[in-house]
Amino acid sequence: MANLQEKIARLFPEASFEEADQLRVVIPDAKLHDLVKTLRDDSEMQFDYLVTIVGMDWKTSLGCIYYLMSTRSKQIISVKTSTEDRDNPMLHSIADLYRIAVFYEREVYDFYGIVFIGNPDMRRLFLSIDWVGYPLRKDYDTNPELNPVSIEAERQSDFTYQWDQTESGEVKRRERRIFAEDDFVVNIGPQHPATHGVLRFRTAIDGETIKKIDVYMGYIHRGVEKLCEDLNYMQTLHFMDRLDYFSAHNYHHGLCLCIEKAAGIEVPRRAQVIRVMMDELSRIASHCLFLGTFCMDLGATTMLFYTLRVREQILDIMERTCGARMTFNYDCIGGVMEDIAPDFVKDVKELLAVIPKNIKEYNKIFTGNVIAKNRMEGVGVLSREEAISYSVTGPSGRASGWACDVRKTHPYSIYRELDFKEVIRQEGDSMARFKCRIDEITESARILEQLVDNIPEGEYLAKVPKVLKLPVGNWFQIVEGCRGVFGVYIESDGGAKPYRMKFVTPSFTAACVVDHITRGQKIADLITIGGSMDYIVPDMDR
Amino acid sequence: MEVKQVTTKSMPYDAWKDNEYIEKLVQELRDSGTNVLVGSLDKLINWGRSNSLWPLTFATSCCGIEFVSLGAARFDMARFGWEVARSSPRQADFIMVAGTIVNRMAPVFRRLYDQLAEPKYVIACGSCAISGGPFRKSYHVAKGIEDIVPVDVFCPGCPPRPEAMIYSIMQLSRKVKVEKFFGGVNRQEKRSEFFRQHPEQEALYNPSLPDDADKCD
Repeated sequence: MANLQEKIARLFPEASFEEADQLRVVIPDAKLHDLVKTLRDDSEMQFDYLVTIVGMDWKTSLGCIYYLMSTRSKQIISVKTSTEDRDNPMLHSIADLYRIAVFYEREVYDFYGIVFIGNPDMRRLFLSIDWVGYPLRKDYDTNPELNPVSIEAERQSDFTYQWDQTESGEVKRRERRIFAEDDFVVNIGPQHPATHGVLRFRTAIDGETIKKIDVYMGYIHRGVEKLCEDLNYMQTLHFMDRLDYFSAHNYHHGLCLCIEKAAGIEVPRRAQVIRVMMDELSRIASHCLFLGTFCMDLGATTMLFYTLRVREQILDIMERTCGARMTFNYDCIGGVMEDIAPDFVKDVKELLAVIPKNIKEYNKIFTGNVIAKNRMEGVGVLSREEAISYSVTGPSGRASGWACDVRKTHPYSIYRELDFKEVIRQEGDSMARFKCRIDEITESARILEQLVDNIPEGEYLAKVPKVLKLPVGNWFQIVEGCRGVFGVYIESDGGAKPYRMKFVTPSFTAACVVDHITRGQKIADLITIGGSMDYIVPDMDR
Repeated sequence: MEVKQVTTKSMPYDAWKDNEYIEKLVQELRDSGTNVLVGSLDKLINWGRSNSLWPLTFATSCCGIEFVSLGAARFDMARFGWEVARSSPRQADFIMVAGTIVNRMAPVFRRLYDQLAEPKYVIACGSCAISGGPFRKSYHVAKGIEDIVPVDVFCPGCPPRPEAMIYSIMQLSRKVKVEKFFGGVNRQEKRSEFFRQHPEQEALYNPSLPDDADKCD
């Protein structure tokens, strides 16, 4: 890390460095693009994966924190830049370096009103074009009369904007069309059974071939990040159940780890084992539901009943321990809420006994089926480079040959001690994404087998102060959710409530890439591709 | 003709909780008196309608997954005749609002409701649909769907268990049983009452097509 810091300091004398859990570079906006380009392209650094862009309002200034990761050395670095201008904030875009940056910057623009110079698609992402104010700014007016709930159809636009900087330094706004003037645009969603929730695709088609898709989000944007700023750390946990409701345990785990890292709380070994077991149980349940709904999208309704059988068995195990079927709120700061149920070990063993049989059955019914093969093989191919550029993580990224499993790259909790294989395939098509998830069920079952007889005795919850205050600072933590990398960024001003909490969710990037991988495919394949990306709409909208 | 205490799916009447609302409807029917012929036809039609309520496939978040479980083998709503989940609102009888309704979704949801054919019903499923739930304080969440559409049954929970969903649809089917299908469905009176309480909605009820506003600014 020291070498890296020296090298950056040598190349960019205007850069300064800040204390954080990762190396943090502070750079003026004018040099941001050059710095990020160097970080990405330099043969020693190769920070080719943009984890997220965190928009920030520091009251006197607005800015962004870019989290970059190297897929080779697995090192994480953060770059911070800011602007003092609150009325007309502008920063330079890095959309030409990372393709996902277009969407991350739109999100920051939506929440903070920061315009990114050079971004080809600078319009709001979650909120309507008539929305008054920028909700995540600290001086946002929450008066509901400004932005009432209306039943009048929302105003739509076929235009977007791009801000360009001329050589003299002047910034000009330019209008751009989203679709070509004579494009035939079909609207799919938000109420459509195959979009897995309320997501909308504005699809330009030429006959049956897709020309372009404009992904229209925000139909379930609930403003979780803003809500968290008004709650104390314990209270923020329950939102983790409601983002990606299949990865509830994993997301809880991520937020708990981040808070525990900040507060310096040691989690008892028993709690760590229970947490990991719950994570893996969730992963099996989540992938089972994926198999069912995906096959149902392709017309094979029967698979849903077969896969939900295993899911119900897992939900029973969780219900006996956590007391709920879906919103568990089980992991808490310092451990887990309650000890495991007396029958937990027995139930898990029963589950492990039936999983191999079930997977064999799924493969027999569906995977080898000639119709399934024709619909999935070679459909929606995503290459490794594009997966990294679009930050598509989780099983979808691994199906494109990118080893992005956080349990292997940045082992947390007890994953370092466990013996399991990271499932990686090279094809990158829908079939690979499907098979990846089936194989991950087997790997998760292997992890459970190693742990089920080795749950240590002892405390399940560390002693934690009733009112938890974090010191001034910021922390970033990533964990592996069921759909990919889930990240938590916390900035604290020393109080009992977070100053800023940002969640990096895998479904967001999985939906953003749909436009890219469906181009040139048939419109019927959109359902296959969308289903195989396995996004959860509340997870992407937050 | 005497209207009997109303129950469904062979549940004993005493097993139902909170019967005041249904009893009020039964009392109204008794007070107004019913022709034996029309009353018998009503009974026949309502028997059929209450046993084949078709839901609209409509899910925005967590509750939708419990609705999927409800359709699968374990909870199996097919035993009650509700399994025909339609993707088009024009073919559905009721809409089960499973999940949060946010500002952007509200007009879409309202349009879906308008597209349902009469007689139509709404079940507000889960605390988000009832009041905004854990997201009530958010800047982009509707504080309950009652401001957008009239609601027939509220089903609390976050998310409600599938059993609770079954109970709420059963309550709806009881409500269907005490309607006068011939000679005025109770429903229509309820809508006029809804418009009396929300006068601002009436003007919007038959909206003309939106202006060709495809250009912003």
